[in-house]
Amino acid sequence: MADKIYSTKLQDKMERNVWALILMSAFVLSIGGIVEIVPLFYLKSTMEHNERPEIMWDRKEGQSLDDWKAGDGIRPYRALELAGRDIYIREGCYLCHSQMIRPFRDEKERYGHYSLASESIYDHPFQWGSKRTGPDLARVGGKYSDEWHVRHMIAPRSVVPESVMPNYPWLVTAMVDGDTITGNMKGLKTIGVPYTDADIAAATAAVNGKSEMDAIVAYMQVLGTMAKLDYGVSYRD
Amino acid sequence: METTEKYHFDVVRWFSVAAVIYLVFGTLVGVLIASQLAWPVLNFDIPYLTFGRLRPLHTNAVIFAFGGCALMATAFYSVQRTCGVKLWSNKLAWFTFWGWNLIIVSAVVTLPLGLTSGKEYAELEWPIDIAIAVVWISYTVNFVMTIANRKSSHIYVSNWFFLGMMIMITYLHVVNSLAIPVGMFKSYSIFSGVQDAMIQWWWGHNAVGFYLTAGFLGIMYYFVPKQANRPMFSYRLSVIHFWALTFGYVWLGAHHLQYTALPDWTGSLGAAISIAMIIPSWGGAINGLMTLSGAWDKLRTDYVLRFLIASLAFYAMSTFEGPIMSIKTVNALSHYTDWTIGHVHSAALGWVGMVAAGALYHMVMKLWNTEMYSTKLINVHFWLATVGTVIYIIALWISGIMQGLMWRDYDAFGTLTYTFAESVAAMHPYYVMRVVGGFLYMLGGVVMLYNVVMTIRQASTYPSTSAEPARA
Repeated sequence: MADKIYSTKLQDKMERNVWALILMSAFVLSIGGIVEIVPLFYLKSTMEHNERPEIMWDRKEGQSLDDWKAGDGIRPYRALELAGRDIYIREGCYLCHSQMIRPFRDEKERYGHYSLASESIYDHPFQWGSKRTGPDLARVGGKYSDEWHVRHMIAPRSVVPESVMPNYPWLVTAMVDGDTITGNMKGLKTIGVPYTDADIAAATAAVNGKSEMDAIVAYMQVLGTMAKLDYGVSYRD
Repeated sequence: METTEKYHFDVVRWFSVAAVIYLVFGTLVGVLIASQLAWPVLNFDIPYLTFGRLRPLHTNAVIFAFGGCALMATAFYSVQRTCGVKLWSNKLAWFTFWGWNLIIVSAVVTLPLGLTSGKEYAELEWPIDIAIAVVWISYTVNFVMTIANRKSSHIYVSNWFFLGMMIMITYLHVVNSLAIPVGMFKSYSIFSGVQDAMIQWWWGHNAVGFYLTAGFLGIMYYFVPKQANRPMFSYRLSVIHFWALTFGYVWLGAHHLQYTALPDWTGSLGAAISIAMIIPSWGGAINGLMTLSGAWDKLRTDYVLRFLIASLAFYAMSTFEGPIMSIKTVNALSHYTDWTIGHVHSAALGWVGMVAAGALYHMVMKLWNTEMYSTKLINVHFWLATVGTVIYIIALWISGIMQGLMWRDYDAFGTLTYTFAESVAAMHPYYVMRVVGGFLYMLGGVVMLYNVVMTIRQASTYPSTSAEPARA
């Protein structure tokens, strides 16, 4: 054989000893992930609100989520919005819609200000998406009326003839369950979303009598409206 | 009852047949969802059949059902042959088989119901995630212990790649699936926003890099020399290929997040290493292709070898296209478009699907100790798969690049030329073309299933102990 080569001692050892091969592979395999992921948890520059705290909602003692006004800053989702977000995930919307505007001129004109990392700080899991079969939704809030959204969800082609989105008529009749959403908010609180006990206690009443359509529309309408971003400010290098 | 065979091959037989069945199932779902994008009426207004719920079913079926069974069949087959010993535990191997299939069944039930964690390629909810971890470790332990018991002095190269995959997938699956359960089938990722995104794509790209690349390279390193009946071209290239892939692939996930809110340093680092990865990937592809050096005439008569060699050509093409797409200026155009989907499919259909088909044909003949029922049908499958793949990727190259250009196009007045809806309408012909390509590929799978079933039926030397799975 032309290629009969004796390798290095180290390589030879690993080829003779499966445990050495496993240890070396496990070590080599871990490097890239550690270098790329771990700093994201502690580097202050990762999240824009470390430099510019004004983009976060400065919630005063005793304020409820309902006291927030559009543009006040980034906050956790209200009960109904969270229910809408759960539906968004359940229906796999993220497979065709991104929620991540890139810093390009055309995206700014089409969708708005580029997205910030801090804007998805309460998104478990993130919903940036990877594909735009439909348009980006990161700043869809306030662009269309609630009525438009309802018609669009029931029959997308009745308002956008070119659309290839499925119809979602069942959202109108399915109701949001208060107990489920209360449990979901408690779960999110344990992993760091700053819900107060009062927020969680108010959840059942907030979604009482609401349909899944109400929920998904509430979610659509809050997207991108939390922080008021200034085009004159550079949030990211 | 102890099987009389030299090796534990029954479990390999079952995995092999399961893989072929899942190939047909997974591509069938793929053809359906591709059709839904061309003709949305095919969503039928039934929640369980909408694109958003079936797309995860398609990806899970082709990656974890088809890909998983192919990997388990080939790893359990080649580890016994290369180590010269039986599997460490036949019982554990059957546990892996039934466990894995139970997971697949639970995916088929839960995903259309909308039970999903909402992370791409990791949609299955937490109870199933735990089951995956347990079954995956049973697979790994059995594989490692079989190597530990081997009769040969050195561990053969295919086993390095399988091992690398097993370790990395364990890391990825465990970390990316960390979640807080809030119900029997509902959980939230413990990570959020930018960190969740990086961890997700660390998982996402390495599911490709290890599950669909390192694992299938393990297949390549065993089955190409076996089918060609020649030694691997270069041992030295194998060593470089393995360690460069092991070290390098892990970094690539960040290139999925260029120009997003992920810090620039992370995306650029991911892109830089992505470009460097052309070298080991092409080294590996050349290593496989050059194994045929001096025996290229075999391609004329050996259709199984055709699958293996064509798969390497697609591997080389995809591992060139990928780094190009990770370059920032290219990515600015290609990201969010169908080009990405086309790229994935040139690798999935051309590389993964074909190398697996070649290995499965090879194994079916060895396992049932017979020739294929029809050699002609292997060739029919080969051409259906090749033509289907080419049609598919050409369709999505055009649609992807067109989408990207339409979104950023400005008219003479400095305003955007096209509305988003106009770009959707422009995709229609290419979405139809994709359905055609995918359908041909699926048809190839059907031909393969028919051929495999007929081969097994006619195999006269089928060992009697296999009528019922030996439980020792």
